[in-house]
Order: sequence, then C-alpha cells, then structure tokens
Amino acid sequence: MEQIPIMKIGDCLLVSIQVDMHDRLAMSLQDELTGKVVETRARGVMIDISALEIVDSFIGRMLNNIAAMTRVLDAVTVVVGMRPAVAITLVELGLQLTGVKTALNVDGGLALIRRLIDDEEQAD
Amino acid sequence: MATAETVLLPQLIAKHRDALLNAWLDHQRAANRGGVEDQSELRDYSSRFLDSLRVAATTGQFEDITTASWAEARHVLEEVSRARVLRGETPSQTATFVFSLKGPLFDLLGRELIKDAAALAREVWIATLLLDKLGLYTVEVFQKSREEVIQRQQDELLELSTPVVTLWHGVLALPLIGTLDSNRTQVVMENLLQTIVSTGAQIAIIDITGVPTVDTLVAQHLLKTVSAARLMGADCIISGIRPQIAQTIVHLGVELNVVSKATMADAFALALRRLNKTVVDRAKPTARAAGAQPAE
Repeated sequence: MEQIPIMKIGDCLLVSIQVDMHDRLAMSLQDELTGKVVETRARGVMIDISALEIVDSFIGRMLNNIAAMTRVLDAVTVVVGMRPAVAITLVELGLQLTGVKTALNVDGGLALIRRLIDDEEQAD
Repeated sequence: MATAETVLLPQLIAKHRDALLNAWLDHQRAANRGGVEDQSELRDYSSRFLDSLRVAATTGQFEDITTASWAEARHVLEEVSRARVLRGETPSQTATFVFSLKGPLFDLLGRELIKDAAALAREVWIATLLLDKLGLYTVEVFQKSREEVIQRQQDELLELSTPVVTLWHGVLALPLIGTLDSNRTQVVMENLLQTIVSTGAQIAIIDITGVPTVDTLVAQHLLKTVSAARLMGADCIISGIRPQIAQTIVHLGVELNVVSKATMADAFALALRRLNKTVVDRAKPTARAAGAQPAE
C-alpha cells in the first residue's frame, strides 16, 4: 500500500504529499503523523500540498483535524504551497481552515514555524 | 401548400435578375439616405443575396428558413448585419436591406402576372412571408452581434479593472474600482492568487477606496478573497474604507474579521513593519536613530 513519507528536520516534521489523496490514505496519514509527533517530540509540522491539484471537503477537514490534533500534542501545523485553484475551491466550499496556519512555500513555512515556536516559548 | 412547380418566384428572379437588382439598389439608396455604405460593397451583398435567394427558392421550401438550402442566404444576411453593427447603424437601417426588396419584387410580380390575379396574390403572399422571415432573421443577427460586442467590452473592462501592483518586495496592492460582483470577485481572486505565487508576496493590501457601496454580498466576496489569500500563506490588509461604508458595514451587522486600515499609506506602513522594514527620513539624521526602533 502506498504511503506518504514523513521526514524529520530538526524538531520539525515535513510531510510532502505527492500523490492524489484518497480518503483511506488521508486517514492513515493522520494516524501516522500523530504517532510520529509524539514519538519524535516534534514542535512543528509542515504539510506541503504544492503537488495536490484536487482537494475536496474531506481532505480539507483532514488538514483542519491534523492541525487541531498536533496543537493538542504541543506542535504547530503549517500548510504550505497551496495552489490558487485549490484555495479558491476551498473558499467556495466554505472551508476557511481557520485553525490552520499557512505559508507560501517550504522556506516561508519553516520561518513561520520558527517564529510560532519562539512566540510560544516567550509566552511561557 | 405551395410546391416548387406552382411557385413562379425563382424563375422570375432569374429572368429579371439585373433589372430587379438595380431597382432594389435604388430603393436601398432612397431608404438609407445619408448612410455611409460603400456602394460597390452594397451591390456585391445585394447581388449575392439575390442569387442565393433564387437558388434557395427553387427548392420550394418557404416555411422554414433555418434549413440547409437557406444557408447561403442566411450567411449573406449575417455578413450584412455584422458589418452594419460595426458601423453603428440602427436595427431598422439593417432590416431595410431585406425589406426594401419588397417594393421592386412586388412591382415585378405585378407586371409579370397581370393577367392572373389568383397567381399574383399567391406569389405576393409567399414573397412577403419569406422576406418578413429573412428580415426578422437580419434583426436577430444584428441583436446577437451587438450582444457580442457588449460582452467583449465587458470582458475587456473586467481584465483592465483589476490590476495587481507590487508596492515593495513581498507587498502587493490591489486597488479595486467599481462594484464587486461574483464574476469580478472571481477574476480579482485569480489575479491576486496568481501574483502571490509568481512574486512570493507575503502581504496583500486590498484597497476599496473605489468601491462605491459595500453590502453584505460585497463584504462576503471580500472575505472570500481574503480567505483564499490566507490559504495560500499571504496576509491581507483592507484599506480605504470610507466613513459611510464603515457605518453601513456596522449597520448591516457584517463581521469583517480582517485587519483594516483607513488609508493605503497606513496599510503599507503596517506591511513594512511586518516585514521588519522601516522608512527613514534622510534629511534628519536623528530620525534614523528613531527609525531603527521598530515602531509600535
């Protein structure tokens, strides 16, 4: 069965989705990712969806769920590289993904995670 | 109904083609006094139409001009209509092209069928029905061509009216002018998102100084644009909300949960601050020290 690789960079996890997401794959990614966050004690999760051309309401909700789950596990989730067409579709579907942080590309995503973690540490 | 054998119209047109054409052209010139039509062009159209009319009439199908045998005649009429739309002529001037054929044609029928009143009445009836249909078709094409022109202008307006301006590296401005409807929002959104991707901008300023009214629908469109930009990883600032519009928004109970500034200048200042940039007045050396502090 196909699997989406989860890479560890420092205290961040990088998930790059390169294949079309179907619902079972999305569920297994959710499982694996939460496990990995706990296992590696990661502080940030970055999900790169620049290769995704189709995002339906299920995948949209999954992204929201992952963000909420990692927040409970004390890690921030940043979604990067969303295509314009995908963004328009999600907005038209009424999915604003208010709980998800976003960045334009992996570079911006890493900087954003760094800043968010710093902010949290300062607040503590 | 009439069959090909009983209808004399095609034969008569063939027999007196040149005389009919000249009489028709005279009628057209008389009817369209002051028209700017090129005479040789008019003669060309008229003779082509007359020929195609004769050919189509020999098939004996007078009830339905949408059939294949009338294709050539329709084609000529379409050309005439299009040309006249572009010249800005009125629908009646355009329809005159066909209707002015009635006079010479009826004269011809009257002369030829002077001995047979029943045949004359029949032929005139067939001819008048036919020319009416063709005339109406001309007006329809005229209308359609006009609509195409309007549509094209609307499209061009849509393209022109939504520029995305780069204010600074990573800062885009989107000055909106005119009413926001769903179509425009779509174009604005696509333009903005595309530019965000190509320039890697982090902040987009949407200036609505030129938007005359903001109702719930416009606010919703604005929020959609802001949400889509956020999903791409860019922050939006809305600027240029006029006092009346601020009042309307509050009275309508619209929740604009976005960062908003009164003027584009304020929004730009905020954008620069977020990018950790400052504007320094070079004339005053002391200002540089003050500017080094991030403004609060």
